[in-house]
Amino acid sequence: MYRYDEYDQALVDQRVAEFRDQTQRFLAGALSEDEFRALRLRNGLYIQRFAPMLRISIPYGLLSSRQLHMLAHIARSYDKGYGHFTTRQNIQFNWPKLEQVPDILADLASVEMHAIQTSGNCIRNITADHLAGVARDELVDPRPYCEITRQWATFHPEFNWLPRKFKIAFSSSTTDRAATLVHDIGVHIVRNEAGALGYRIFVGGGLGRMPMLAHQVRDFLPEADLLSYLEAVLRVYNRLGRRDNIHRARIKILVKELGPAKFTEAVEAEWAKIDKAAFTLDRAALERMKAHFTPHPYAASADSERDTRSYAAALAADSGFASFVRRNVRDHRVPGYKAVFVSLKAPGVAPGDISAAQLDLVAELAERYSFGEVRATHDQNLVLADVAQKDVYPLWQALKAAGLATPNIGLLTDLICCPGLDFCSLANAGSIGVAADINDRFDALDHLHDIGEIKLKMSGCMNGCGHHSVGHIGILGVDKKGEEWYQVTLGGSAENDASLGERTGPSFNRDAIADAVVRIVETYLDERRDEDETFLQCYRRVGMAPFKARLYAEEGVAA
Amino acid sequence: MSTLIRDNAAATDDFVALADDQPLPASGKIIVPLARWLELDRTAVTATVGVSVPNTVDIDAVWPALAGRPLIELNFPAFGDGRAYSQARVLRDRCGYAGELRARGAAVVVDQAAQLARCGFNAYVLRADQNAEAFLARLQRTAGTAWYQHPSQRPLPASARQA
Repeated sequence: MYRYDEYDQALVDQRVAEFRDQTQRFLAGALSEDEFRALRLRNGLYIQRFAPMLRISIPYGLLSSRQLHMLAHIARSYDKGYGHFTTRQNIQFNWPKLEQVPDILADLASVEMHAIQTSGNCIRNITADHLAGVARDELVDPRPYCEITRQWATFHPEFNWLPRKFKIAFSSSTTDRAATLVHDIGVHIVRNEAGALGYRIFVGGGLGRMPMLAHQVRDFLPEADLLSYLEAVLRVYNRLGRRDNIHRARIKILVKELGPAKFTEAVEAEWAKIDKAAFTLDRAALERMKAHFTPHPYAASADSERDTRSYAAALAADSGFASFVRRNVRDHRVPGYKAVFVSLKAPGVAPGDISAAQLDLVAELAERYSFGEVRATHDQNLVLADVAQKDVYPLWQALKAAGLATPNIGLLTDLICCPGLDFCSLANAGSIGVAADINDRFDALDHLHDIGEIKLKMSGCMNGCGHHSVGHIGILGVDKKGEEWYQVTLGGSAENDASLGERTGPSFNRDAIADAVVRIVETYLDERRDEDETFLQCYRRVGMAPFKARLYAEEGVAA
Repeated sequence: MSTLIRDNAAATDDFVALADDQPLPASGKIIVPLARWLELDRTAVTATVGVSVPNTVDIDAVWPALAGRPLIELNFPAFGDGRAYSQARVLRDRCGYAGELRARGAAVVVDQAAQLARCGFNAYVLRADQNAEAFLARLQRTAGTAWYQHPSQRPLPASARQA
C-alpha cells in the first residue's frame, strides 16, 4: 500500500499543528463559531446531537494492521470503546471531546492517517472498489490512480471552498462495486479500441434529497490527462455551481440546470484552455505510483492439491463454515487465494459498528492471514482480501468467536444504514432501531438463504447517507409532526445497472416499517420465477403493482 | 483602517478606491470597479488605474480589457465563497498576468492565507479583525512547505516528484 514519504508526513504534521492552533483560538474566543465550524469540518469534526463526531479518512478504504490498532487505541482512549465504519469507506468516532481532537489527529499522523477533507465543501475521500487489486473482473488496479487523485485533491488551493461537498469514485472492473454513478465524478478506467488505457468520465451523480445518476461527459480520456480534466470539471463547478441555496449547490444541479450537453461543452472548453503539460502523468510518474501497489508475494503452494482438498473437506464437514464461505468469501485473482468479508452486521449491532477489541482482533488476523492489510467497503463491512484457502477455516473460527462472521454479505440483513437520530444532528428519524427490528424479523424467519441477494439501504433523513435511493429496498426516515415515519422505495441499484428507487406510496410509522419490509419480501418470494431470479430482477419484471397491493392491502399498516 | 500586506510585508496602500460619483482624475493611483472600467474610453486614461473584479466574472471574457493593469483586485464576499480562487489562477496561469493581484473581503484571514498565496495573490487587504503578524507568519510557513501541488500552483502529485 502507499507509504508516506517525508513530504506527506510533513504536510499532515503541519495540519495537526494548524488545527491545534485553530482549536485553541476558538476556545479562547478569538475565532468565531461559524468560521471555526468551516475549519473544523475540513478536519473531519462535526458537532453532533450529543457530542462531536470525528470522521477519519481511509483513502480508497485501505488500512494496515498498524493503522487498525491505532483506531482501536483511539476508540479506547478517546471514545466509548467503539467506532463506526461509514458508507464512504471511512470510520467515525461519536464521542471524542473537542479539546482532545488535536491529540487524536496527532496519534493518527503517527500511523500515516488523518481526517483532512472528510467533511466541508471540498473534495472528500476518494473511494474505490473494495476488491481492488484482487478482483477477477478487474482491468487494472485502480488504487494508484486513486492515490494520485488523493494527492492532487489534498490541500488543493483552488478547490477548498466549493459550493458544496465533492465526491469522486473509481472503478476498473466489469461489475461496478464503488457506486460510481451516484458520485459527483465517477471515473471508469477503460481501454479504448486501440488498446490504450484511459478513463470514461461521469459527472453529476448524487444521492440526498434529489437523487440523480451521473451523466457521461467523456467516452475516453487518455491515461496521462486525468488531473487536467479533473481541474477542468472542478473549475467549471467552482465558478458556476450555485451558492444561493445549499440544497441546490451540488454539481448534479449544475449539470441538470445547464443540461448535460451544455455542461460537457463548458468542461471541454475549459479543458482545451488548460495547460495540460503541467499536469501530465508521464510513464515514469505512473510507474512510481504503481510500485506502491505491487501484488503481495503470494505462495504458489496455496493452490496445491493438498490445500484444495483440505479446504473442500472443511466445507463438507462443517455446515456453518460452508454457509459462511457461500456468503462471505469471494474468489481471488490468484488461484488458491480468497477474499474474506468480515460482517459488521451482526444481529443486535448497529450496522458498521465495531469495538476496540474487534478492531485489534481484525488487525491481528490480517497480520497473520492477509499480508497485514484490510479494506473497508462502502456497504460498511471489512474485507481481508488476500487469504490463502488453507487459512480461511481458522480465520472463520477466530472471526466467529468475536461475532464478526455473520454469513450475510449481500443479504437483507447486510443492510446499510446511517447513524440516524441516535447520533446525527441532521436526522429526523431513527435508523439503527429499525435496522435492529428488521434484523430480528428475518433472523427469526431464518429463510435468509432462500431470499438471496437484497440490498436494503436506510437513511435517517433526506441527506441520504444510507444511500436509500439506490437500495433494492430503500427506507427513508421522515419527520411528520414530531413523529418518525418511513418512506419506502423499491428497485434502486448502485451497480452497472444503476437506477433510482421508486416510491411505494404513503409512508409507514415506526411500528409498521419492519412488517412492511416483511411484506415486500413475501411478495417477492411469491412472484419470483425461481430461486435464481433475484429481488431486483423480479421487481423489474413484475413492477410495483403486486408489491403495492400487498403493502397497502389492510387497514392500519399505512397512513 | 484595514491593513495591506504586499509582497510579504506590511505596506502603505498607495491606491485609492474611486467613488462612483467622482470623475476619473488625470493622475494618481486609483481603483475602479470592472463595470466602470469597461465603459470608459480606456485610450484616454492617464491615471494609474487598478480594477476591482466581482467574483462572478469570467476572467477569460474580460482579460483583453484587463491586460496591462498594474493592479487587479479580486473579491471574497463571504468566508466560504471560493470563486475568486479560480479567477486568480486563470489570471496568473493562463493569462500570464504579472501585476499586483489583490485579495479583499471576508476570506482574507490567516486561515486562508496559504490558499490565497498559492493561487497567486501577492497583496491582501486583511479583514479588520486580523492580525498582520500572524498572517505574515502563515505566508512564510506556506512558502516553506512542499505542497502536493507545484510551487507555480500547478498540481504535481508526489508520483510526479523527482525521486
